Parts: sequence; C-alpha cells; structure tokens
Amino acid sequence: MYDVAIIGGGVIGCSIARELSRYQVRTVVLEKYAEVGFGTTKTNSGIIHAGHHSSPDTLKGQLVVRGNTLFDQLCSELNFGFARIGELVVAQGEEDIPVLEHLKKQGENKGVPGLEMWDQKRLQREEPNLSHKLVAALHAPSAGVINPYEFAFALIENAVDNGVELKVDSPVLKIDVVKDGFVFHTPHEQIASRFALNCGGIFADKIAQMVGLNDFTINPRKGEEYMLDKRLMGLVRRLIFPVPKPTTKGILIIPTFNGTIMVGPTAEDTDDRYDVTTSYDGAKQVFDFVSNICPSITERETITEFAGLRAVSNTNDFIMGPTNIKGFINVAGIQSPGLTSAPAIAEYVCYILKGEGLVLKPKGNFKHHVPGPPRFGTLGIEEQQKLIKENPLFAKIVCRCELVTEAEIHNAIDHGARTLDGIKFRSRAGMGRCQGGFCTTRCMDILAKRLGLSFHEITKRGGDSWIVTEMGKVKNR
Amino acid sequence: MLDRMEGKYDVVVVGGGPAGMGAALGARDSGAERVLILDREPEAGGILWQCIHSGFGLHYFREELTGPEYAERFFEKVIDYEVDLVTNSYVSGISVDSDGTKSVRVMNEEHGMDTVNTKSVVLSMGCRERTRGSIRIPGTRPSGVLPAGLAQKIVNLKGYLPGKRIAILGSGDIGLIMARRLTLEGCKVAGVFEIMPYSNGLTRNVVQCLEDFGIPLHLSTTVAYIHGLDRVEKITVAPVSKDLKPDMSRAWDVKCDTLLLSIGLIPENELSLSLGIQMDVVTGGPRVSSTLETSMPGVFASGNVLHVHDLVDFVTRESLLAGQFAGEWAQGVRRPADNIRLVPGDNVRYCVPHSLSPEREHTIYMRCKEAMMPCRIRVGNLMERKLRFVVPAEMIIFKIKPDLLDKFHGDTLRIDILPAEKGKRHD
Ligand SMILES: Cc1cc2nc3c(=O)[nH]c(=O)nc-3n(C[C@H](O)[C@H](O)[C@H](O)COP(=O)(O)OP(=O)(O)OC[C@H]3O[C@@H](n4cnc5c(N)ncnc54)[C@H](O)[C@@H]3O)c2cc1C
Ligand SMILES: Cc1cc2nc3c(=O)[nH]c(=O)nc-3n(C[C@H](O)[C@H](O)[C@H](O)COP(=O)(O)OP(=O)(O)OC[C@H]3O[C@@H](n4cnc5c(N)ncnc54)[C@H](O)[C@@H]3O)c2cc1C
Repeated sequence: MYDVAIIGGGVIGCSIARELSRYQVRTVVLEKYAEVGFGTTKTNSGIIHAGHHSSPDTLKGQLVVRGNTLFDQLCSELNFGFARIGELVVAQGEEDIPVLEHLKKQGENKGVPGLEMWDQKRLQREEPNLSHKLVAALHAPSAGVINPYEFAFALIENAVDNGVELKVDSPVLKIDVVKDGFVFHTPHEQIASRFALNCGGIFADKIAQMVGLNDFTINPRKGEEYMLDKRLMGLVRRLIFPVPKPTTKGILIIPTFNGTIMVGPTAEDTDDRYDVTTSYDGAKQVFDFVSNICPSITERETITEFAGLRAVSNTNDFIMGPTNIKGFINVAGIQSPGLTSAPAIAEYVCYILKGEGLVLKPKGNFKHHVPGPPRFGTLGIEEQQKLIKENPLFAKIVCRCELVTEAEIHNAIDHGARTLDGIKFRSRAGMGRCQGGFCTTRCMDILAKRLGLSFHEITKRGGDSWIVTEMGKVKNR
Repeated sequence: MLDRMEGKYDVVVVGGGPAGMGAALGARDSGAERVLILDREPEAGGILWQCIHSGFGLHYFREELTGPEYAERFFEKVIDYEVDLVTNSYVSGISVDSDGTKSVRVMNEEHGMDTVNTKSVVLSMGCRERTRGSIRIPGTRPSGVLPAGLAQKIVNLKGYLPGKRIAILGSGDIGLIMARRLTLEGCKVAGVFEIMPYSNGLTRNVVQCLEDFGIPLHLSTTVAYIHGLDRVEKITVAPVSKDLKPDMSRAWDVKCDTLLLSIGLIPENELSLSLGIQMDVVTGGPRVSSTLETSMPGVFASGNVLHVHDLVDFVTRESLLAGQFAGEWAQGVRRPADNIRLVPGDNVRYCVPHSLSPEREHTIYMRCKEAMMPCRIRVGNLMERKLRFVVPAEMIIFKIKPDLLDKFHGDTLRIDILPAEKGKRHD
C-alpha cells in the first residue's frame, strides 16, 4: 500500500513526486507512456514566464511568479537546460503602449522583478534584427527558457533516487474507491494507495470520472510550433512576445535553450484529445505573424514542427484541491503557464496533502542532486579532450548535426532512455537539421545492444511506434 | 592504420566516398607524395555500400557494376597507390594557419582528438537527405516517415524492412530504387507521388523500377497529410495546382504504414561553412574555380559536397581533377587565376565550376530549371550545341576547348538553354 499514487508522469506529476520524496512518504507514479514527459510536457514553448501576463485573481496567476523564482535553485540541483534570457513584449503601434503599461503595473504588483519600458532606439540597439516598425517594448529580465523534457527527466530521476517508484507503460484504466483509499487497475497489475493525485493533463477529467467525479471538463487547445534551422541562431537574443490582442493569443519568437529559434504557438480549440497534428493554416498563421515582427524569419527555414495540447479546464484556470471523494486530489487544468508553475504547484499540493491528513516527515538523507548529462558539443576543445581521455567513446560521433557522441548515448540509456525519442530528448541526437537521417541506425544499434533487444523491438516512443520490421515476414504480394 | 597518420601531409581528403578516393588518386597522379583520406565510417566507399543495385560505372569503366563493386575497384587502387586511409575518424574542424598550412581536427575512438597538418585539402563529404521538416507535411508525427536513403540502409545494410505497405513521396532516384527493392522483398508499394509534372529521377530508373513492376507514379501530386498516432496509418494525397498547392477537393487517402521521402539531397557543408568558404546558394556547395579550388586557397572540393551528381562516374571524373590540382598546389604549382566568370542564363539552374581560365580544356557540369525538348545550349557567342532534350533530373555535361576561349575577350560568359531554332539543323 502506497501513501500517494500520482496518476500522470508529466512535468506536474514529476515535480510533485520529487517534492514528496523529501518526506517519509511511499509514493508511486503511474504513467501510461513508455517514458515520463511524453505528453504535453515535451510539446510546449519551453518558457519560464516572468509572470506579468496573467491576472493575480487566478490560481495560475498566483503560482507563476513563485514558480519562476524557484528555477535557479532547481537548475543548480538538477542540471537541466535553463537560462534567464529575458523577454520583450513589443508594441507594433502607439496604440499598444497602454497595454505595455498595464502589463508593467500588473507585473509590479505581483512582484515581477526588473520590468522596464524600452523606447524604439533601445529596442533597435538590443535586438537589431526585429522590424524597425516596432515602436517600443516592455523588458522582463526574469523570463527564461528551459528544455522542459530534461526538467521532467531530472525530476523523476531524483525522485526515484529518493525512493519514489515509477511505473511506465502503466495506463490507469479503472479506479476502485475502497475503504481507506484506492485501487488502480493497469494492464499489468493492481496498485493500492491512500491518496490519489490526478495529474493526467489532457485526460484529467476522464480520470476524475473513474471515481465518479463529473464536476469539470478539459477542453484541449492545440498549439503548433515550428523549429527553425540553426543558421538563424542569434537572430534574436530574448523571447519576443506581441502585445496580447483580444482576438489573437500571441505568436512568439523563442530562442530555445540550445539557441535554435522556434516560432509559435497557435491556439485552436479541438475536441480530439489525440490531435497533435500540424496544419497548413497553422503554419501560415505563425509565419505571417512572425514575419511582421522579424522579417528575416521565413517558413523555408523550418527543420521540424510539432503540436501540443493545452489542458484548458472549463474554469479557464488550474483546478487544484481535495474533492468529494476523500483522498482524491485534482491537479488538473494545468494549461500555460503550467511548466513555469510546476515547482510552486508541487509545494502547494504537499500543503493540500498535509491538510488532508498525510504526515510529511522530512527524510534525513534526501539527495538534492542529479548530475547533468555531459554535453560534448557545447564544450571547449580542452574540456572535450579531457572527456575523451576519461572515456574514448567521447571521440565517437553518433549525431553529426548536434555533435553527440556515443558516450552521451550510453549516458542517456543509463539515465532511463528506453526509446529513440528517449535518447533524442536526453542527448539531442536526432534533433538537428538532418532529423535523424544519420544517427537513427546508430542509436538503434546501441539501444539494441544495451537493452538486449532486436532491431524490430525498438520503438520511437513506445506503444505501436515500431521502426523496422523483420524481413521475410511480409506476405502482401 | 592510424599510426601512419603522422607528420605533415601534402593532401588530406575529407570523406572517403567515391569522390574522396578519386581525389586521393588524382593527387598521387600529380606527384604528391603524402596523401591521406579520412572517413568517419568503418570503411571507405561512402554511400556506395548501400547501393547494392547495378548501374554504376557505365561511363567510367564501360561496365555495369554494383555500388560496392565500384567502391572496391577504387579501394584497391587507393591501397596500390599508397594512400594513407584512416577510417572511423570524424573530421570536426579545419583551420588555416598564417603560413597557409591547414590543420585538420580528427576524432577517433582509439586515438582521441588529433590534428593533422597538410598543405592542401580536398572536401569530399558527400550529401545528406532532405527530411520531412524541410518540406513541411502537415499531420501527425508518427514513426514510419523516413528518407528513402535511410530505408535503403535499413534494408541493405541492416537486413530489416522499414515497413510493409509503402508510399513514396518524391521521385528521386533513391526512392525509385527503393520502390523496386521493397517490392522484391515482398512489400506492397502503393505508389510514388511527385509534386512536379515530371519525374526527378533518371528515366532508366522510372522504367526499370516502377513501370516494370506496375507501381503507379502520380505526377503533379503531393502528400497533403499524414495520419496515425504511433505509426503511420494512412496518408492523404492531392493533386497540386499551378502554384504547387494541394487541391484538397480532389484529395484521396492511401493506406500505408510507411512513407519514404525521396525529395532531394543537400550537400554536407558544415565544415566548409566553418572555414568561411564562399557558397553557391543554388547548389548548396562551395563556389569553385576551374581548378575546383574554393574561395579558401588550397582547399578544393569535389563530388556531392560540391553539387549533387546523379551518376557516380561523373563524381569520379570531377574528383580525379580536384585531386590533381590539390596535389599540384601542395607541390607549389600555382595556376593563373581564372579570368572568365560563368553565369547561368536562361533555363540554367547552375553551372560548376563558377569560372574558367583560357589556357585549359574545361568540363562544365550544369542543370536546367525546366524540361525542354528539343533545345540548344548557347555559351556566350562562342558555341552552340543542339540537345535532344534536357530535364532537371539529368545533369548536362559538355566541354569547352581552350582554342574557343582564345578568341574570347570578355570577363563573363553566359550559358543559356534555349528552344531549338525551327527549321535550322545543327550537327
Ligand atoms: C503549445 C503549448 C505551449 C506551452 N508553452 C508553455 C510555456 O512556454 N510555459 C509554460 O509555463 N507552460 C507552457 N505550456 C503549458 C505546459 O506545457 C503544461 O502546463 C504542462 O506541460 C502540463 O504538464 P502536465 O504534467 O499537467 O501534463 P502532461 O505532460 O500532459 O502530463 C500528463 C501525463 O498524464 C499521463 N496520463 C494521462 N492519462 C493517464 C492514465 N489514465 N494513466 C496514466 N497516465 C496517464 C499522460 O501520459 C501524460 O504523460 C504550453 C502548452 C502548450 C500545449
Ligand atoms: C541511394 C543512392 C543511389 C544511387 N544510385 C546510383 C546509380 O545507380 N548509379 C550511379 O552511377 N550513381 C548512383 N548514385 C550516386 C553516387 O553514388 C553518388 O553520387 C556518389 O556516391 C557521391 O560520392 P561522394 O564521394 O561525393 O559522396 P559519398 O558517397 O556520400 O561519400 C562521402 C563520404 O564522406 C564521409 N564524411 C562526410 N563528412 C565527414 C566528416 N566530417 N569526417 C569524416 N568523413 C566524413 C562520409 O562518411 C562518406 O563516406 C546513387 C546515390 C545514392 C545516394
């Protein structure tokens, strides 16, 4: 019997797992995919928001600023990719300036540090590649960018190090409410716990329905993102936001943590919870909009694209707290800025659990740190040489676009990668401009050898995402 | 073999495909003593190892060889010619010292990170395939969408199949060859879809790989949508209008578990770019003089890294020449700078080299923008040649003799491909 079962291993479930692992609590995470973070957590803009965009009257508006401030410490402990590069909300005409002033005031009231208005001259000096038609900007230095999947991987690894149990490939299909807790049915087993945390992202309402709760709905809102070629690196140095307009949600220019520029997201309601498709319309919307702000960005530079689903609840806010079913706690409706708020959500959930009667006794031996993965391609030659001396596999290039070495692929597997995507999101192999053309078979060779699998048993991301099939087994003709 | 990678070289060749091997032989022929080939794969031969079909060497050896056979012939010569060959070695950077010496940085599991010094360099890194991202197909992002060359590697070198029911986007040669290969392995190839009104592959491949197997080729048609969450389940294909946009009102679905992309190759020029070499935005390769020298003195280029070739025979010819000039350069020979600039004119997409010198014979490699038949090539007002047809998929090659250039006093020479003049006969 576990004390707490966390349903859903996205960034929210992983953050809570790590927070709970500070205490003498038996925790299990149940995730339906082959690895954690494969839901919305790996398909978002990767922004750690400063917090001035959302109203303080909402739960998301309150948790975002606290979340932001926790990232420096988290990053130093868990070593994921994170940098405070700052953000600019840019005014396309004089009429936008009052909105900037409103955002500034709203932010200052919420404690967002360092907000500053820039005039056109300053804006052009700091970001010379933006359109010269822009008239002013609001600068928020505390905004940052993160590799969200690395964050989730590091959180769960640290949680597991501190005693949390992780069960992947374990979709919760049915929940029995029993005398002092719950029994969860997965395809492999039944698991019992006293408390249940519903962190199911886009499926949170369906999970609530498993215990008979019908008091909220999740209405997915899709966002398409477009990743541009490395040669545009450095085109903008900060996150670029348009002034939010009532009609458009705002399409952003995002210099990701690794420097590659991404543009998006769109915002389109969908009733299909599996609709992570990109579209001609979405691309047109993104590039038409962005080219007004930064004329050198064109659709031709795209190297890959993806879409993610925001778990928008019917209240348009986070839905967090105890329910009519004792011990069943919702952590639902975690739309943007959910990634930013995750650390604050984790604290808040512990507080809720305490209120519900869970005793949180700190562990004496909590381990704070996870070593970051080695990043050969980002190092200077001397450091590279040092690594090669320690391990010659650092001299064996597996991914030539991102300069990822064989040692890093082994490291990714050591730290939990079980699929090609698991390797890609941990080591960056396959993320560059050739999109895996070169490294796919190399990564498969290593995965096969390390996990004792045949080539045809390897998947892209679990489930039915097989990559190759055996010869001589085809009888279509 | 790495122990032989010592001291200073005359010529270092980056990449050991057919271009690299040709360049090394050319360099030895020119009298250069110390020549080294570096390749990141376990063996020299480049892309040829996975091209187990025949059709190589028809021009150069006047024999029909398979890719590996073609590679082996050169490999033996490379050994005979006492070229140093070091494999499993990734070239991660090249720099030029103030005295013109080039330092080539190599990474190798056995020897770590090493630097080789050389007088001249030949770039022969080949090319890579364009991917889904570069043409932007909407839809889901399942497993089972892959470049045709990767599929070829999976089948021919790994012994697995990329899927069972295959659709192919793009009619490049690799896609055509894979259509046949997979059919022979028992897969069902549902069709090849090409956005242009003509095939992008060699005519012989359309006939031998599609027509002979009853595989439909849909021209002016593209893949407009990919379906399937984990694995491809089907694709939506649609005819395109004049502006190449899919006409969804006439779209239909094709059931398949795999979508191969044969949509073009991109010269692999990260190293060239890091050297600050001037590039041709059309070919994606370096701009080169008539000695195949790039804008960086002593750095030469040949093969698919320079421009994408359709036949390996031409790669060999070009690289022998590049090697020869690189070898000369290492021995201190300096050719006079070219003084005639070649300019692509009507219906010419590109031509290589980018400039000429009047004292030698030149081979010009070029491609047209659109198919034309019959037609003529006009080189300034120096020469005109009739051609039965030109198509973008087939490289056009012709020679310019030095005596022609003797009479020429301009500094730019424009090449046009024009419709044949009616009623006028050319020889
Ligand atoms: C396009 C886009 C851009 C965004 N940009 C930002 C941004 O820049 N900054 C920011 O702060 N936020 C951003 N967000 C929001 C942020 O991504 C989310 O708030 C956050 O990822 C939510 O995490 P999660 O753990 O709740 O959801 P998820 O990552 O979706 O995790 C839920 C998990 O539950 C699992 N699950 C579901 N059902 C079951 C079941 N029955 N049994 C077991 N497991 C189950 C799923 O497999 C999944 O892994 C963006 C969102 C989108 C879509
Ligand atoms: C699928 C396919 C089918 C073909 N079919 C035919 C056919 O039927 N008939 C025909 O005549 N031609 C055919 N060709 C064309 C012909 O094979 C190519 O034009 C020729 O191989 C190009 O030679 P290359 O040396 O320029 O490039 P490659 O063969 O690609 O060789 C480049 C080499 O450089 C190495 N390299 C690259 N970067 C580095 C680095 N940084 N460090 C170290 N090494 C590096 C690579 O590993 C590779 O070995 C085909 C080509 C393909 C891809």
